[in-house]
Amino acid sequence: MNEKTFQHVVRMDRIRMAYGKVTALRDVSLQIGRNEIVGLIGDNGAGKSTLIKIMTGVQKPSSGDLYLRDNKIDFSSYSVREAHRWRIETVYQEKSLGEKQPLWRNFFVGRQITNRWGFIDIKKQKEIVNDVLLRQIGFRGVGINADSPVSKLSGGERQGVAIGRAMYFDADLIVLDEPTVALAIKEVHKVLDFIRGIKDSGRACLYIEHNLAHVHELADRLIVLDRGQVVSDIPKGEMSLVELQNHLLDLQRQKEAAA
Amino acid sequence: MSMAAISPSPRVGLGSRLLTVEGLPIFLVLIVILVALMAIAPNAFLGYRTYLSIIINYQPQIICALGLTLVIAAGEIDLSFPAIITLSSLVFAAFFRFDLVGWVHGPLFWLGIIGDSTAPDQIAAIQGWICWVGLIAGIGVGALAGWIAGILVARIGIPSIIATLALSFVWRGLAVFLADGKQFALRGFNGTLLWEITTGRVFTGLFDSGVVLRKPDGIPVQMLYGLGIAVALWFILNRHRFGESLLFIGDNANVARVLGIDVRGSKVRLFTLMGALAGLAGVFLTTETENFTTTQGQSSLLIVIAAVFIGGTSIFGGAGTIIGSYIGLLIVAVLQVGMVAANLSGAVADMVIGLVFITAVILHMLVEKPERLKGLGLGRS
Repeated sequence: MNEKTFQHVVRMDRIRMAYGKVTALRDVSLQIGRNEIVGLIGDNGAGKSTLIKIMTGVQKPSSGDLYLRDNKIDFSSYSVREAHRWRIETVYQEKSLGEKQPLWRNFFVGRQITNRWGFIDIKKQKEIVNDVLLRQIGFRGVGINADSPVSKLSGGERQGVAIGRAMYFDADLIVLDEPTVALAIKEVHKVLDFIRGIKDSGRACLYIEHNLAHVHELADRLIVLDRGQVVSDIPKGEMSLVELQNHLLDLQRQKEAAA
Repeated sequence: MSMAAISPSPRVGLGSRLLTVEGLPIFLVLIVILVALMAIAPNAFLGYRTYLSIIINYQPQIICALGLTLVIAAGEIDLSFPAIITLSSLVFAAFFRFDLVGWVHGPLFWLGIIGDSTAPDQIAAIQGWICWVGLIAGIGVGALAGWIAGILVARIGIPSIIATLALSFVWRGLAVFLADGKQFALRGFNGTLLWEITTGRVFTGLFDSGVVLRKPDGIPVQMLYGLGIAVALWFILNRHRFGESLLFIGDNANVARVLGIDVRGSKVRLFTLMGALAGLAGVFLTTETENFTTTQGQSSLLIVIAAVFIGGTSIFGGAGTIIGSYIGLLIVAVLQVGMVAANLSGAVADMVIGLVFITAVILHMLVEKPERLKGLGLGRS
């Protein structure tokens, strides 16, 4: 487990998801390499959220296979906790942190340092959180420590805490669900720096983004999802930002023509 | 608050730190109310007897308020605990009403464990053992009732206010039906070991009893159990993994789910715990009064909920204070007793409690969400 001998951190094979008559994902197959930042783009309702929910154990698909570090996953026992055990961490937009809870709780929730009776070692958790905030996330002199409630943090800082948490728990893959939505430009740059940090530390990242400029700049590869299907898989450098925009517009036109 | 921002002097820092000591502000409110009542009704509030009677009479409500703190911190509510009190009271009392002694005596005699005689001491011995079964059954029935509420809320998805409202009809109806609408006394309970353990008085030497009425003046043991439960629940809420799950669920259940918290399981456990505590409260109430009535526990609903909110548990969920709830219930109790002692009716007590309730909720909201000050036109834009 310590040596990273696997080829793909995640591979999805013909994943299908249907809610009654509505099909959210139709035979989606994709893979993410060990140290790859993959950008996932697509319209609202293209199936991006469903895809990451299946990947991270929140939902189970109707059919298809999921491989983590090249091991086939049994969906009957797959869950968020199990995904954590496979070192897959998710940073949901607005949904990754408990607003009123202090950072020392948010950091360790679900994976507390406890004694055998389940009581939390608060002192130790605070020490670690303060250390990570200072060294890894770089919150220096902003008056934020382990005791600060999340409600005191800016949007960018929240993403930073969530990403820092994922890195602390040594994630192989960090899934980011629109981390820059509703952030001021200065905050966006902080978040983009956090994402570069993910790449630099040798991890993989699945990055869902609306803003094409951000994702084009950062991602090693772009996957375009449209109405539950993967329609393009674009390696970095194959298209300029303008070409990418035109490509997506073409897809849009084809869709309208078909309709 | 703005003062602290401008000049963070150590003195201001100490003041605001004292404000954040759990339960301290509300404790000061209790003291103020007590001082006022000592002035209005000195006969009642300058002697210790009133305090002892408040402690024993409100112990079941204190236990319920402690449990309800966890429920409300998790963003839920339980309206069924008064009916669970009635039901568990009945279950406990039933072990004295029905002819269990006769049923138990037969096999024991047949096995040669006890003699043939149905002498009073033999009956008392059997009853002394049966009442322990009653204690466990009373708590168990409460836990079962709470578990059913938990299933309805967490698995089926009925909002807790609706599920527990419906269940309170069921439990109260069931209790009254089983009791045939009658009240009855616990014959033979007085003098058993369980009676000593649940209704005894300790530190009687501290009090100058004079005339001993029903029991000598002393600290009711139930108060010690109540404090023990308070300490245990404080540690569960603030230091235990389960309490942390409840806080995150109350904060935002969607966040809790994606963080890997077992939201449904935690809620089922939460309501089961609340039910067990209500069951224990019912047993305590019945042992103290040595009587079962079909209205047992009914008056506790509003004051327990009021106490939890007066104490400072968040109306939005995600934060709760055990110490605050304990003191909150003492405030409500003192007001109820105090208004009567001051020759004002219970109706006046209700009005005062309501006003204290609203004032407390507003103050706690302002502490929790200071931006609301603007809405009141009190803060600077």
